[in-house]
Amino acid sequence: MRYMLMMHAPRGTGDWAVMSWAPEDLKAHIGHMKQLAGKLQASGELVTAEGLAMPTEARVVRAGGAGEPIVTDGPYAEAKEFLAGFWIVDVESTERAYAIGAEASAAPGKGGVPMNMAIEVRQVMSAPPIDG
Amino acid sequence: MTSIEHLLRELAPQVLGVLTRRHGDFAAAEDAVQEALIAAAEQWVTNGIPANPSGWLYHVATRRYTDHLRSEFARQQREQDTAVVWAENAFVPPPDVDVTPDRDDTLTLMFMCCHPALTTASAAALTLRAVGGLTTNEIASAYLVPSATMGQRISRAKQAIKQAGATFAMPAPGERTRALESVMQVLYLLFSEGHTASSGDALVRTDLSAEAIRLARLLRDVAPDHPEVTGLLALMLLTEARREARTGAQGELIPLDEQDRTRWNRASIDEGTALVEQAFAKGTAGAYTIQAAIAALHDEAPNTVNTDWPQILALYSVLEGISGNPMVSLNRAIAVAMVHGPASALSVLDTLAQDVRLTDHHRLHAVRAHFHDMAGDHEQAARHYRLAAERTASLPEQHYLIGKAQRANAMRNDALISPPE
Repeated sequence: MRYMLMMHAPRGTGDWAVMSWAPEDLKAHIGHMKQLAGKLQASGELVTAEGLAMPTEARVVRAGGAGEPIVTDGPYAEAKEFLAGFWIVDVESTERAYAIGAEASAAPGKGGVPMNMAIEVRQVMSAPPIDG
Repeated sequence: MTSIEHLLRELAPQVLGVLTRRHGDFAAAEDAVQEALIAAAEQWVTNGIPANPSGWLYHVATRRYTDHLRSEFARQQREQDTAVVWAENAFVPPPDVDVTPDRDDTLTLMFMCCHPALTTASAAALTLRAVGGLTTNEIASAYLVPSATMGQRISRAKQAIKQAGATFAMPAPGERTRALESVMQVLYLLFSEGHTASSGDALVRTDLSAEAIRLARLLRDVAPDHPEVTGLLALMLLTEARREARTGAQGELIPLDEQDRTRWNRASIDEGTALVEQAFAKGTAGAYTIQAAIAALHDEAPNTVNTDWPQILALYSVLEGISGNPMVSLNRAIAVAMVHGPASALSVLDTLAQDVRLTDHHRLHAVRAHFHDMAGDHEQAARHYRLAAERTASLPEQHYLIGKAQRANAMRNDALISPPE
């Protein structure tokens, strides 16, 4: 079963308040995420994982009357959190996807304290099973 | 598949069987054969297929095996030079050596790859490589995961087998039936994966269902005395026969009762039906044989109405008794609806819904919706089709269920506005 794990990071003052962290805190945070990716690779479960650029860099695209892209800087839904990155994993069970989510959620933040970020877990759709 | 790929897949388990039997280390032998297969795929295209292809593979695989020993010796800092010279002289056969395929070797390999220490999914990946002769890249593309991920999955499976202390030997007679059941379960999972794999270009992807059928044929060759293996092969062929008709031009789902039966594969149906008869003739029918018999009844029917539903109901009742799978009970309920009508079938569902595995399962909702439709209660049908659509993890199925919900809703509205007769 494939799951997409979406990491919703807290919006601090400005974007992610990572700028106010001590350098070693950031290093520990990145180390945690790298280690997680390495473990998922080694367990044969990682399909892909990406971190996303800051939401200030995000743009919204809509098709105009002639189908041309109209790019705007927002508006974005008001939210306390933003999508910071995602994993797609191929695992044996839903419980395993939740366990991976918990591990990602516990990434250390400011002062090394676990951030306990919200990780949204969604199953990736597949084709239908064989009919009886 | 090219003729070279076809040949390599056929020879791979034979060469691996001989190499493992001779040297004992399954994990290292399997790596060596995989490397030999990759080398053959590259070189044979340019230089042509050698006169003795299995001898060539065995020669190259043994060389790779001694390379592995060389690094092992070096790691352990033994007297490596002497050891390697000894290893090469003792091990590496000439490329024209005769490799005698051994039926029991292939079966032992299958038992090893489907070792109970493994999950069914990782056993399936390992079986494809070790017995099926597929490369890691081909398997990764079939499962739509990166090659490195699949490589890890396979090497972890081999580690687990090693840790479980498995040796390359036929299991004791008392354990053979259970071992065979594991193999059949793995092959059937492979077959289902081929039908349900999410996306990707079918032209370049490895066809897992075709591989499962090929491996089931191989299993039948090496274990001819087990009627359930024949039943399994029959079930695959009779299901595969309908595959083309299962999806429309846009990949949309077409259920059994709406399929164009002229698109069913006659040759597969004939072969499968003959195999079901063979399996039944050998005595007590197991779960695969019974499912194959049900599939044969569907495949031989001109349409849904003129299907032998009483016989299907009887077979599902037997299957329910031996399988304990709640999906079997759901399928049996459909047969109840066709034989005794939707009211009886709905009361069967009420009982089944108490099983926590089914209570909120999308298939229970879909079947319930179908029975309400049959009974003319389109409002309830629409409601349950929607519940099913929200819960399925299959995109084509979701589209299909939404369509059914819309139709049920429209029929309900028609019923509301049309004047009484």
